[in-house]
Amino acid sequence: MSTVYEPSAAPAATARAFLEVRDLRIHFPTDDGLVRSVDGLDFTLERGQTLGIVGESGSGKSVTSLGILGLHHRKNSRMSGEIWLDGRELVGADPDDVRRLRGRAMAMIFQDPLSSMHPFYTIGAQIIEAYRIHNAVSKRVARKHAIDMLGRVGIPTPDKRVDDYPHQFSGGMRQRAMIAMALSCDPELLIADEPTTALDVTVQAQILDLLRDLQQEFNSAIIMITHDLGVVAELSDRIMVMYGGRSIEQGTVEELFHSPQHPYTWGLLGSMPRLDRDRTDRLMPVKGSPPSLINLPSGCAFHPRCPHAQGPGSPCTTVRPELVATAAHSGHRVACHLSPEQRLDIWENQIRPNL
Amino acid sequence: MNKIKIGASLAACAVLAAGLTACGGDSESSGGTTSTAAYNAANTSVLNPSDKQGGELRFAMSSDWDSPDPGDTYYAFSWNFSRYYARTLVTFKNAPGAEGQQLVPDLAEDLGKASNNNKTWTYKLREGVKFSDGSEITAQDVKYAVERSNFTDELQGGPKYFAQYLVDNAGGYKGPYKDKAPAGLKSIKTPDKYTIVFNLNTPFAEFDYLAYMPQTAPVPRAKDNGLNYKKNIVSSGPYQIDSYDVGKSMKLSRNPHWDAATDPVRKALPDTISVALNQEQDDIDNKLMSGALDMDLAAGGVGPAAQPKVLGGTQKANSDAASGSALTYMTIDGRVAPFDNIACRRAVQYAIDKVSVQTSLGGPISGGDIASTVLPPTVVGHEEFNKYPSAGNAGDLAKAKEQLTECGKPNGFATKLTYRADRPKEVAAAESIQQSLGKAGIKVDLKGYPSGDYFTKYAGSPAFLKDNGVGMAMMKWAADWPSGFGFLQQILDGRTIKPTGNTNLSSTDLPKINKLFDRSTKEGDADARSKIYAQIDNLSMENADVVPLTYSVQLLYRPANLTNVVVSEFLGGQYDYVNLGLK
Amino acid sequence: MGAVVMLVIVSMVTFGIFFQLPKLAGQTTDQLAASYVGKAPTAEAIADVKERLGLDDPLAVQYGRFVKGVFTGQDFSNGPSVEHCAAPCLGYSFRTNEPVLPTLLDRAPVTLSLAVGASLIWLVAGVSIGILSALRRGTVFDRMAMATALAGVSLPVYFTGLVSMAVFVYTFRLWPNGVAYSDFTENPGLWAWNLVLPWVTLAFLYAATYARLTRSQMLETLGEDYIRTARAKGLPERTVIGKHALRASLTPIVTIFGLDLGLLLGGAVLTEQTFSLPGLGSLSIHSILSGDLPMVMGVVLLATVFIVFASLIVDILYAVVDPRVRLG
Repeated sequence: MSTVYEPSAAPAATARAFLEVRDLRIHFPTDDGLVRSVDGLDFTLERGQTLGIVGESGSGKSVTSLGILGLHHRKNSRMSGEIWLDGRELVGADPDDVRRLRGRAMAMIFQDPLSSMHPFYTIGAQIIEAYRIHNAVSKRVARKHAIDMLGRVGIPTPDKRVDDYPHQFSGGMRQRAMIAMALSCDPELLIADEPTTALDVTVQAQILDLLRDLQQEFNSAIIMITHDLGVVAELSDRIMVMYGGRSIEQGTVEELFHSPQHPYTWGLLGSMPRLDRDRTDRLMPVKGSPPSLINLPSGCAFHPRCPHAQGPGSPCTTVRPELVATAAHSGHRVACHLSPEQRLDIWENQIRPNL
Repeated sequence: MNKIKIGASLAACAVLAAGLTACGGDSESSGGTTSTAAYNAANTSVLNPSDKQGGELRFAMSSDWDSPDPGDTYYAFSWNFSRYYARTLVTFKNAPGAEGQQLVPDLAEDLGKASNNNKTWTYKLREGVKFSDGSEITAQDVKYAVERSNFTDELQGGPKYFAQYLVDNAGGYKGPYKDKAPAGLKSIKTPDKYTIVFNLNTPFAEFDYLAYMPQTAPVPRAKDNGLNYKKNIVSSGPYQIDSYDVGKSMKLSRNPHWDAATDPVRKALPDTISVALNQEQDDIDNKLMSGALDMDLAAGGVGPAAQPKVLGGTQKANSDAASGSALTYMTIDGRVAPFDNIACRRAVQYAIDKVSVQTSLGGPISGGDIASTVLPPTVVGHEEFNKYPSAGNAGDLAKAKEQLTECGKPNGFATKLTYRADRPKEVAAAESIQQSLGKAGIKVDLKGYPSGDYFTKYAGSPAFLKDNGVGMAMMKWAADWPSGFGFLQQILDGRTIKPTGNTNLSSTDLPKINKLFDRSTKEGDADARSKIYAQIDNLSMENADVVPLTYSVQLLYRPANLTNVVVSEFLGGQYDYVNLGLK
Repeated sequence: MGAVVMLVIVSMVTFGIFFQLPKLAGQTTDQLAASYVGKAPTAEAIADVKERLGLDDPLAVQYGRFVKGVFTGQDFSNGPSVEHCAAPCLGYSFRTNEPVLPTLLDRAPVTLSLAVGASLIWLVAGVSIGILSALRRGTVFDRMAMATALAGVSLPVYFTGLVSMAVFVYTFRLWPNGVAYSDFTENPGLWAWNLVLPWVTLAFLYAATYARLTRSQMLETLGEDYIRTARAKGLPERTVIGKHALRASLTPIVTIFGLDLGLLLGGAVLTEQTFSLPGLGSLSIHSILSGDLPMVMGVVLLATVFIVFASLIVDILYAVVDPRVRLG
């Protein structure tokens, strides 16, 4: 396997972020060729913070999150780079050690709570199971804990609902139960993969509120994966935009919403519905389709769809842009060949007025 | 085969056998006994003669009995096997070759005494013979057995010859179940405990053959429960039935009341006998060859899967190709043009390639030996002759053309052949006949019918054959007893022709033949009768309306540990079970 | 209730097929009756048989007699005496004159022994092989197992049965006296020893099906979101497979298993024939071949009871396994 693990690569003394991802690559060999789902990803996250990851389907969001949890089958995937969680490197670690961290140090909330919960076991049983793997407690104690958790995520009469099956719950309740399960071992890192996509709008808001409250309570770090910028804006401290398996722009919510630098981010913002505009002007979707992960476009992966790309022969088509800090803020980084002046000009004069 | 010769060599062999090994083994030198296992050895001698008692003789078969009740059964194997527990007035001799076709007294002291021009038959029972319940066997028990088996509604499994030949009561006898009058059938008299007299409605020289049938095995009236009697048969033989689990098994053990002194026929060697029923034929054959089983009760010969194993290897010495008493043949209807001309019938006789017919029937083993007479070799009266010879039995086209010309059809003619469409071998034989006749210019149109209706609606209906111009029909026939009369009368006597269910498919009605049948029923001398049957056979072949194809042959297997093994010609190619023992 | 309706319909259909189809094919009751007489049926004998068995009565009357017999019992004459067949009376065999119900009860243990033993073997073997195959998808083991399974599914029992007998019974002489059924109550050891080959042969056929089914179910289940959830909880792989994946994969297998077992209890015809086991299957074959209507009716009804019963059990089991069925 191509896992690269160099324990002495970085001095242990240096203070690392709670979660640090370095040059993460996750590739899947297939009959058609090598699928580079994640191809050189870097980001960090501190406890108590929320990182929103946005991007189209296939941009590598979910693959990244599953990669952090170590849920990719080692036989049919190739993973390299480093993932540091609270000082432990995960990519090269023993799968069983990673397994022990799962559910306890890091937990995940999945998109569709109905299909993500086992239909044949009660909600309670599934929470109890999650709790008892990592905590040597009796069934009774675990059950009490499960009821307690269900209560904390806002499920009424949890002592009764604990014995219900997932199909007996409504969509929102099911997602609450899912969250209760994920939080049952007080994880330090919580990854929420589109947690509200399958829910209707009012329930969405409740779930987001719940997550925010729980984060304060548990002081966990949250990775919020979504394609919904609204959700990100609501919940996140920082945002990472992914395209073609790479991060193309990172920054605070403020930076990303008020001075986005990457043409793709502009496109994403443009595709957000706004009620204060005329219907016809409301949506400006990104034209074209997501890139093939087997044959990524040369240079900037976005260039075939980029309205501002310089023509053939320019760096846009030949050189892959690195993620570099913008002049204004060191935390705001972008991967684009346009000069900062050009980007500012286009943003201020062409994009912003039309948003 | 020549009987006088057999008799002579038999005597010589008996002397030799007492001392050393053997006579026989070779089909030419028949008779006697041998201890050398060889292919066909049991056809011509008693193999492994022994008086050693003990052990369990294990039978199996792929089906079940029609019924083991001697009064309700019609299978040859059953008649063979029933002699373990049912003694009849007379039975056949335990001997190889033609000697085995002879009848010998069993329950009776002697063969039947005929009087009144063969219309009255008297038997004297041995005294002191006992049932398995200890009671003595009397003539009344034999009379009752005949009455129940031939005259009741319930017991329909066996033949009804006694009902046919015995003088009926006035108004018709309804059998002992309905007619409780003590006199029963008045034509069977029992003047004393040991004498039984049968009064027939017609002269019948071969009545001893009826007296051989298991229907004369005594049944105590008090123990008869009709259709259920098969489950509690009271034995008169050396073994009694301990259990008969229908469809599964039968177990027999020694009958303590049987006395060897009263029984000159049976050796009764094994201590117990078991029968496993409804066993897979392949499994039976394999078990026989592996020694896990002693005998296939049904005696149908080894299955097709085991045949090559038996014939190909060392096992061959443990097998016999036993001649059956069945004939596969084709009839020609002289009433259907152009077969009204005897030359056209003879053209067919010459044209048929019997080798290819034999092949289509399954070859020399399954298909049988090529036949040239109506009577098979194992039937009393058989004489070897061939009126329509051809090189290698492959048909003589030149002779056939000659006959066609004589018939006035030098370029041949068209006719129809009927057969049973659900019997693959018969279909193949019909097709083979169609081919060989085609070479002589005789165009054959094949008409297949279901076997269930073959005799009721088609081949067995003379009107159907005539009206539809069906000139030829396929047929297979075996008789209930191995005499020329038993074999020939139903298929060649013109007076047996019936409008439906007819078995005289050629509608042969020759005064000469009919007269010979009448003569035979009155002829007291067996050898003279035998001559008459040969004469009928000759006349029939002369008349050319029966085309013999093959005499049946079955490949029988006998494990090496069996003693007193001999093929009985009386039963048409089965081992005689009654004296089998274990080494 | 549905089961009773089912039994009535099945019995009527069987009755109809037995009596009506041959008639449509041109057979007369005479010919039917003739098949119960010896080799040379006379008109008189045929008439006697027709009268005794009531073959000339209208179909409805004959059926009515059968149904009445089931509820009130029936009297049968065997000649000199009359026998009473107490309710529930399924009649007497046309062929052997044996009472039907006791015969069925006598044969059922054989089939039960065969079916239960074989089903345990195939369930354990088939499911384990299926799971291993799914987990080692694409490996040599998987390919070999699936090729064997394909062979098992395609090879008829009478072939594998005969081959196994040729090898183990007649070549290696593991059963020196051949394979024959012996009663459990008489000698349990011998009973099991003699049934080993039939069990394995029959199980081979089914295990193949079950292995393939388990494998595909397992692969499907392993792709489910809730399996990913289970892993995300940090469950050891053993628990993920053995508990979460297996339980979901087994649901359809339980259904099929129940029905297969029910069908087999009605008679494993080929296996019983091949190994000469005196069970319901061989009874039904011999009864059908000999035109023994009461016996055929008996076997068909008993088989129907087994199947109805099996589907009932399956329904209950299904509800136990899958809460969505229970409450939804």
